[in-house]
Amino acid sequence: MVDLEDLKLKAKNIRRNIVEMVYSAASGHPGGSLSIADVMTALYFTEVNVDVNNPKDENRDRVVLSKGHCSPALYSSLAEKGFIPKEDLVTFRKTASYLQGHPDMKKIPGVDMTSGSLGQGLSVANGMALAGKMDNKSYRVYAILGDGEIQEGQVWEAAMTSSHYKLDNLCVIVDNNNLQIDGSVEDVMSPYPIDKKFESFGFNVIVIDGHNFTEIMDAFKVARETKGKPTAIIAKTTKGKGVSFMENKAGWHGKAPNEEEFKIAMEDLK
Amino acid sequence: MDLNNKKATRQSYGEALVELGKVNDKVVVLDADLAGATKTNMFSKEFPDRFFDMGIAEQDMIATAAGFATCGKIPFASTFAVFATGRVYDQIRNSICYPNLNVKIGATHAGITVGEDGATHQMLEDINLMRGLPNMTVISPADDAESRWAVNEAAKIEGPVYIRFGRASTPAIYDENTKFEFGKAIMHGDGEDATVFATGIMVAEALKAQMALKEEGINIRVVDFHTIKPIDEEMIVKCAKETKKLISIEEHSVIGGLGSAISEVLCEKYPAKLVRMGMKDCFGKSGPAGELLKYYGLTEKEIAEEVRK
Repeated sequence: MVDLEDLKLKAKNIRRNIVEMVYSAASGHPGGSLSIADVMTALYFTEVNVDVNNPKDENRDRVVLSKGHCSPALYSSLAEKGFIPKEDLVTFRKTASYLQGHPDMKKIPGVDMTSGSLGQGLSVANGMALAGKMDNKSYRVYAILGDGEIQEGQVWEAAMTSSHYKLDNLCVIVDNNNLQIDGSVEDVMSPYPIDKKFESFGFNVIVIDGHNFTEIMDAFKVARETKGKPTAIIAKTTKGKGVSFMENKAGWHGKAPNEEEFKIAMEDLK
Repeated sequence: MDLNNKKATRQSYGEALVELGKVNDKVVVLDADLAGATKTNMFSKEFPDRFFDMGIAEQDMIATAAGFATCGKIPFASTFAVFATGRVYDQIRNSICYPNLNVKIGATHAGITVGEDGATHQMLEDINLMRGLPNMTVISPADDAESRWAVNEAAKIEGPVYIRFGRASTPAIYDENTKFEFGKAIMHGDGEDATVFATGIMVAEALKAQMALKEEGINIRVVDFHTIKPIDEEMIVKCAKETKKLISIEEHSVIGGLGSAISEVLCEKYPAKLVRMGMKDCFGKSGPAGELLKYYGLTEKEIAEEVRK
């Protein structure tokens, strides 16, 4: 039985680390990291089968953070899980650090794929899922995409592939926080209806509240049990979730808080 | 060189993939709706479970190959050179070269000998694009035997490899007993009047020029650069020291390809004049392959003329 209070605590720690990392680096992407934090928490603490002592285990589940700029969410989750020493997080984006601005599989334990240039992660996840099927392995592959990211045409090439090859060992999660750098996704270049798009591409689609652990875990379970087609979970989220002044503000996509803002944020996340 | 024994290097690629597939079960092949033209359909017939047609979606194909590589597979991704490099440059850069993944790109239909399809399909900048990428190895074989070697060698290299094949038939220069060495160019003859550095199907043209010139008493050497990155610096310096004139020729733009790679070495190691033959910073055009080679001055005739100058 999953302890929801424990998950909430872990998510709060992850959020605090996200803000601290971006503050220490004086750069980075807090908004989308905070929006995906609950999904990442549920993913790493209730869903994926990974081994801190054997990060490259060939039977492990794979996570591809296609929206690579949300590396603070990934690194904080990996630190909470034990892949990365927590004290290293504040070295994020610094010259001497291995914690690159965007995920780097060669430098960071627990990172399954290098990402940063948007739109490529679902294709990579498909490759992993196809390899798993070829080798009769039972691992699952999770690809996390942004709602702005799905404006990239390659995402839909990849969506065709996921469905064409019936990749039921693949689960796409779209962080639908409704904002991108230049404004709301519908104003910039509307990706809506996201659910119908994935449905028409042959996915089993589940729309959830991306900040509700029960809904997230239930969706993962349905995805696991769905055979013959891939699943896309559309997680409705709030960009900047948990930090009062960052919530629903496009401006906090890729901006670091100053000292005063940092204090407010940490107070919010107490 | 056997002028009567001709084969397109894309055909050699298809055949070599099948042979490789028999001895290495990690090899998987991806194509983007061109399996008949790239000859990967030979692999798909032999190993249907290890072949993936990705449809007309090159960007997806390249990044899917990256995903395969993270799971220990050795993917060969194939399409025409123009789509295998320019169209997917970012996918190659960020999802293959930066993480140094073990993906092989088997690009066919490089250069103007694509022929009638014209400029949109005649890739003349691929060596330039691929050579500039950290972690990328670039191989450009000249004939059947060298192409077969290149496919096997690529599978042995742990990391990204770009292999450039052509559409048109080209004479056999080597036989199955030839020992190729990765990163080591092959010198044909030791004439001191000139060196012609060549790659791909231009090696055969250069060898033909060598024979013609010999009858005039002009002795040149032809150097086949099957490996363009890493480039054989030692060979370049040796030829610069030993011969009176240096010429490079490639079925590629004179910007960024073999000629540029050789120039870089000469500049730093042994300053000497190099005449770069190739496509002169221009696009190609429609026409039969043989006619286009003449039109753009990429035959034995122009090579010999350049040597005589």
